[in-house]
Amino acid sequence: MNVVTPPAKLTAKDFATDQEVRWCPGCGDYAILKGVQKTLADIGAVPEKTVFISGIGCAARFPYYMATYGFHTIHGRAPTFATGVKLANPELDVWVVSGDGDALSIGGNHLIHLLRRNVNLQFLLFNNEIYGLTKGQYSPTSRAGTRSPSTPMGSVDNPISATQLALAAGARFVARAVDSQQKHLPGVLVRAHAHIGTSFVEIFQNCIVYNDGVFSDFTAKDKIAGSQIAVEHGKPLTFGADSQMGLHIKPGAFEIEVVTIGEDGITEADILVHDETNKVLATLLAGMQGPAFPVAIGVLYCDPAPSYEQGIEAVKQRTPSKTGGDINALLRSGHTWQVD
Amino acid sequence: MDTNTALKTEFNDVAPRQQLESAVVRFAGDSGDGMQVTGGQFTLSAALAGNNLATFPDFPAEIRAPVGTTFGVSSFQINFGSRVIKTSGDEFDLLVAMNPAALFVELKGLKPGGVIIVDTGSFNARNLRKAGYLANPLEDGSLDGYRVIELDISQLTLDAVKEFGLTNKEALRCKNFWTLGYVFWMFANKRKETVDWLRQKFAKRPEIAEANVAALNAGHALGETSETADGFQGFAIPQKEHAEPGLYRTVMGSEAIAWGLVTGAKLAGLNLTFCSYPITPASSVLHTLSNMGEYNVSTFQAEDEIAAACAAIGASYAGSLGVTSSSGPGIALKGEAIGLAIGIEIPLIVLNTQRAGPSTGLPTKTEQSDLYQAVYGRNADSPLVVLAARSPADCFDVAIEAVRLATKYMTPVMLLSDGYIGNAAEPWLIPDIDALTPFPVQFRTDPEGFHPFVRNPETLARAWAIPGTPDLMHRIGGIEKDYDSGHISYDPDNHQKMTTVRAAKINGIARDIPEQSVEVGPDSGPIAVVGWGSTYGPINRAVSNLLDQGKTVSHIHLTHIWPLPANLGELLGQFDKILVPEMNTGQLLTVLRSEFLAPAKGINKVTGQPFKIRELELAITAEMEA
Repeated sequence: MNVVTPPAKLTAKDFATDQEVRWCPGCGDYAILKGVQKTLADIGAVPEKTVFISGIGCAARFPYYMATYGFHTIHGRAPTFATGVKLANPELDVWVVSGDGDALSIGGNHLIHLLRRNVNLQFLLFNNEIYGLTKGQYSPTSRAGTRSPSTPMGSVDNPISATQLALAAGARFVARAVDSQQKHLPGVLVRAHAHIGTSFVEIFQNCIVYNDGVFSDFTAKDKIAGSQIAVEHGKPLTFGADSQMGLHIKPGAFEIEVVTIGEDGITEADILVHDETNKVLATLLAGMQGPAFPVAIGVLYCDPAPSYEQGIEAVKQRTPSKTGGDINALLRSGHTWQVD
Repeated sequence: MDTNTALKTEFNDVAPRQQLESAVVRFAGDSGDGMQVTGGQFTLSAALAGNNLATFPDFPAEIRAPVGTTFGVSSFQINFGSRVIKTSGDEFDLLVAMNPAALFVELKGLKPGGVIIVDTGSFNARNLRKAGYLANPLEDGSLDGYRVIELDISQLTLDAVKEFGLTNKEALRCKNFWTLGYVFWMFANKRKETVDWLRQKFAKRPEIAEANVAALNAGHALGETSETADGFQGFAIPQKEHAEPGLYRTVMGSEAIAWGLVTGAKLAGLNLTFCSYPITPASSVLHTLSNMGEYNVSTFQAEDEIAAACAAIGASYAGSLGVTSSSGPGIALKGEAIGLAIGIEIPLIVLNTQRAGPSTGLPTKTEQSDLYQAVYGRNADSPLVVLAARSPADCFDVAIEAVRLATKYMTPVMLLSDGYIGNAAEPWLIPDIDALTPFPVQFRTDPEGFHPFVRNPETLARAWAIPGTPDLMHRIGGIEKDYDSGHISYDPDNHQKMTTVRAAKINGIARDIPEQSVEVGPDSGPIAVVGWGSTYGPINRAVSNLLDQGKTVSHIHLTHIWPLPANLGELLGQFDKILVPEMNTGQLLTVLRSEFLAPAKGINKVTGQPFKIRELELAITAEMEA
């Protein structure tokens, strides 16, 4: 009788490479790296079956620091390489790491099509609202008026909302997290990993050199309670130090408003309960911005549908075989003639 | 009347047909007249009658151009006969003109004294004006140098299909099969295969099938029973003499490429992942492969050209054979991704079905002007392998060679075809793929001494270790890698070394490809005509004709464009003069001059049409006499 030794459980450290991490000291990417390594350990990821794929940018260096398979590709195209990997081997566990410029500017088209196809992988968008690797130009998520080397008088373009774009493109899993909130981030990543289909996670990431503190109005320790709402399926959408504030459908309008329990006759029963399968609600949550609204983090939307790979497999199953895969028979099908 | 007809039939049966060694027929009509289908059915019938043949579909970029216009003319040319056919033919023996525009556009290609079939039903004032005729050419004597067969095909078709209760529009759509029936009579071709095809094609609308069959039969019957004005009794083409024994079929270039890729992947022991974005004239390869799942093929219609290239690279990275396909403008978009594939040294096949450019150019017209793009068209020092197919059937062999080199050397391979080869058909001696030598890929599994850029000392190919393999986890990407560890390296000397080794790997392939031989003519002498790609047919025929006339001239044709065969420089040195005919302004010419300082001259043509044999004969003769 063979004795099978169960593999030793891997720790977060087992997912780190020996390569020196080259992000700026204090960069939010360190925290995300730590969170991802912890998540992989927690979910029992198999290193040889795990692939990290990135495009170009600061975030795109991520695969070099993961002791898994890694592919650092070209700017904006990581979703397409990942799709090819999954076409060739659907069994691989693929994580795409991207930034706001990579995913929403040069690679915006690919992101849309990845999401609508619902390829089974995790897509992590590190949003720092700036171009870091090219030294600080404004990005497609930068707020209008952002001063940068290429917009010294302030940018004119309006920013894009990553999560609203994802929902519009047909994503079946849309979540948000914050780099520094290490208790929250791994939970979101575990959910993303468990979801079959493309799991889109926007991670607010602080660029300490070119855009320091851009999210501090809702990520600073003393701001979290009052300006963030951590949504959970089936739980009331409340926030604030004593969970006294909540979201409520404005009577007579397709809008949500912030209310305070105990004021104006509002009771706990009036507070919206999060339903992560409700796309309309997810869209409203994704659109909330301070200071009027709290910023929603957590799983905004999760409503699984068949993945691209499952669809491909279903087509394969229902395609009739003509020759049983015999190429010689294929070449001899149709009209032929013999010359003696 | 009935008695009369019977008499004529008898007479026709004994009347001599005009003997031809081979014939060129051009079907021309409106885009919606079904000329490509008609040509396809004629091709099948000619092939089954044992003819050699070559075809040339020539159609506008517009799907349904305005009716009756010259730019809406869609044509299909076939050259068939008993001699070895190498091109779709120069001048036509027979022109079928379904409307005035078709006559207007195509008449210049007809031989003096050639036969024209016209549908007089379409020669009305409106159509004549649209075609640009000031007077009716059927009446003004301008066709006196030809044999014109005037038939009111529109009316004859309506009469033939009356009983099937079709709408007038549907009935008129049978015109092309009526015409085909008549042309079948002209060449004594059999109708059975076409009848079978129609019944299969319109299985769900039997009345349409039967109406077309009736039209086909009526056209044929009219040929048999009527007399043309000058007593012309059709053509007779003798059976082909010596073809290699075996089982044959007709094959189009796009099919042969698809089947060659599938066969190559099987010989390599890999699945095929074909990623493409629709573009004329390359899409037919995607169409062919998209129904071939049972041969371990996956196809992916990407959101754009870049995505298609990147997905193919991703597939190769994960252990499949990634292939991407496009035409020139699409290949340009794929350039950055191809550079990555060169940098990470991964197998990738990039198929370019070339078309006339720059930019959108003439999407449905052929050209071979992407040789610079293939050999040189990327940023930085980024060599890859370039191969070119010379004919539809050759696509099969060259596709297999592309897979062999891509997998053995861990490199992208650019495979050049063109719009002419892709759409043209020729008979093909079907190979037995079990008789081909396999070249199975060995994925790296041994962790001992592994890093991602550890190289085979002989081929210089790096190890191919795919995700899913235990203990070989590694990271690769576009940043330069250390020669000895595969980690990121910004070291200047290392970049020099890696650049050198990438080039040496590709150059070394010259030792693993066949030595360049001479197609026809002596191995040394006064003049060599050097070609590549789809100019094979016209060059070979032109040189053969000159040899038959007792002239001394040789034909050299390249399949391996980069690296060039190891002996090519020495071979070219055996000739006093070198002529390079190309459907571009001199791209191989530049490569040969720069690689070998060869005193080569070009013969160049970019009209969107293949070379004519005659024009090459004249150009070669002129150079010989110069």
